[in-house]
Amino acid sequence: MLNYIIRRAIYIIPLLIGITLITFFIMQLTPGKPTEIMTEMQLKVSPEAKQRLIKLYGLDKPLHIQYLNWLKRMIKFDFGNSFKDDRPVIKKILERLPATLLLNFLSLLLIFCFALPIGIYSAIHKDKLFDKTMTVFVFLGYSIPKFWLALILMIVFGIFLGWLPISGLRSINYDELSFCGKIFDILKHLILPVLISGFGGLAGLSRYTRNSMLEVINSDYIKFARAKGLTETKIIYRHALKNALIPVVTILGLSLPELIGGSFIFETIFAYPGMGRLGYDAVMSRDYPMVMAVGSIAAFLTLLGNLLADIAYAYVDPRIRIKQ
Amino acid sequence: MSLIFISLLILIAVFAPLIVKYDPLEQNLTDRLLPPSKKYIFGTDDLGRDVFSRVVYGTKISLSVGIIAVGISTVIGIMLGLAAGFFGKTIDTVIMRFVDICLCFPTFFLLLMVIAFLEPNIYNVMIVIGITSWPSITRLIRGEVLSIRERDFILAAKINGISTLRILFVHILPNTIGPILVNATLGIGGAILTESALSFLGLGVQPPIPSWGNILTIGKDYIHLAWWLSLFPGLAIFFTVLFFNLLGEGLRDIFDPKY
Repeated sequence: MLNYIIRRAIYIIPLLIGITLITFFIMQLTPGKPTEIMTEMQLKVSPEAKQRLIKLYGLDKPLHIQYLNWLKRMIKFDFGNSFKDDRPVIKKILERLPATLLLNFLSLLLIFCFALPIGIYSAIHKDKLFDKTMTVFVFLGYSIPKFWLALILMIVFGIFLGWLPISGLRSINYDELSFCGKIFDILKHLILPVLISGFGGLAGLSRYTRNSMLEVINSDYIKFARAKGLTETKIIYRHALKNALIPVVTILGLSLPELIGGSFIFETIFAYPGMGRLGYDAVMSRDYPMVMAVGSIAAFLTLLGNLLADIAYAYVDPRIRIKQ
Repeated sequence: MSLIFISLLILIAVFAPLIVKYDPLEQNLTDRLLPPSKKYIFGTDDLGRDVFSRVVYGTKISLSVGIIAVGISTVIGIMLGLAAGFFGKTIDTVIMRFVDICLCFPTFFLLLMVIAFLEPNIYNVMIVIGITSWPSITRLIRGEVLSIRERDFILAAKINGISTLRILFVHILPNTIGPILVNATLGIGGAILTESALSFLGLGVQPPIPSWGNILTIGKDYIHLAWWLSLFPGLAIFFTVLFFNLLGEGLRDIFDPKY
């Protein structure tokens, strides 16, 4: 097992290098040098001063040297300073990261808690009313623009009914609340973002669980269990479920890029103070160091998620780790 | 059913000027933010423009972005997938590692980055959606090619001295057409969703050109005052994507009896 984990971990190194290469390449696509953006607001900057800046940032060196220098700094988590307020990028991201992780973690939890029971129940009661309703629901889930759903829910629950706050993570009077009040306040703010962010994954995963379960239910060893006269509950929960959940683990890992990608939209809509919002603001104000850092970290988190999924997969399915 | 709806959409896109009463760009400041009525069936926006006209004209933008973006990604996907699946070895490894890397990036942020650095406009949106969504198609086609290339008729073709290019495009490619069509149809729905999300965030189709996404941006700004600005364009996106997905599923039923 340890052997397998180490092999998988080594495998992500070339992927990481590839990710940094692409990020660096996109940075090169930018029209104009970063120094020009820094100086464009100040007309009095002399050409000599510009040259000094270019030298300072190493922009006069050949591309591959620039890349290696950038990589060196990145390994030390030194992403430079934000153009916006000159604070270290990594510091700004670390301030926001917990909120994004919380949002994504809760969304995953939501997906897990609902998608699995729905998928299993649909498979056991295939073609019954519940299954058919869920099929429709899944289709709607795939087709509905999530940001629009967010808008509509904001209008219904935030404005018409006035039940839920529609932006941010805390109310204005947050500091005056008691401890329980604070937690309740944050939870209230989280309901809509978590619901929206988990919605797509919920539809996908429940469908996937259903199909995987159906495949298992129709296999020979389940038929044998039936022939042996085991009760239906025992067949489903003792024998079928474990095997049906194996592929689901991978899908859960693969849904991470979608979740993290989604946080860029949802955090912006809900004015949620997370990394996605930070990334979006950076893109809009062309704060390059910040954009690069957010991009790399998001990709890194995705890789990490995939690695965990792989490990979980090997853990639940011995065939995987023995085969390789 | 879905085919009828999509044909109808294409007709709407083509004959948009004949359907609407008002110019989608015409501002009428005395009629600002009016709720739906007989005069303006979808209401008006913050500049007094008719929302119905804007949604109808938006059809054309969304459909063309969806179709062209998927065209681009399908062509790239076919080329790389054929190469990876048929030649194998180093070519396969290089292409598939690259695919792995691309699949790690949260696509949406990649889109944001590239579009923000280029100029946000409709052409860049098409190109960027196209070049960021090819990896999954490459994977799909590679898988198909891997199974087809072992079949006897390919061996027969090779023995007959048919050139590699001809084998690839005349003998292998037509056999993968089913999954490609299914994927492309589902992809159009996805591309329309992405375009509307980008336009919604101000990085897609730029105002005053109407797109479903950028009407929703105004909807968000006036969320307290004008619900109709949020409702109708969203419904348009929803139904369009829904019917493309239904069509895709229908095609899958035809081409892949397993489902």
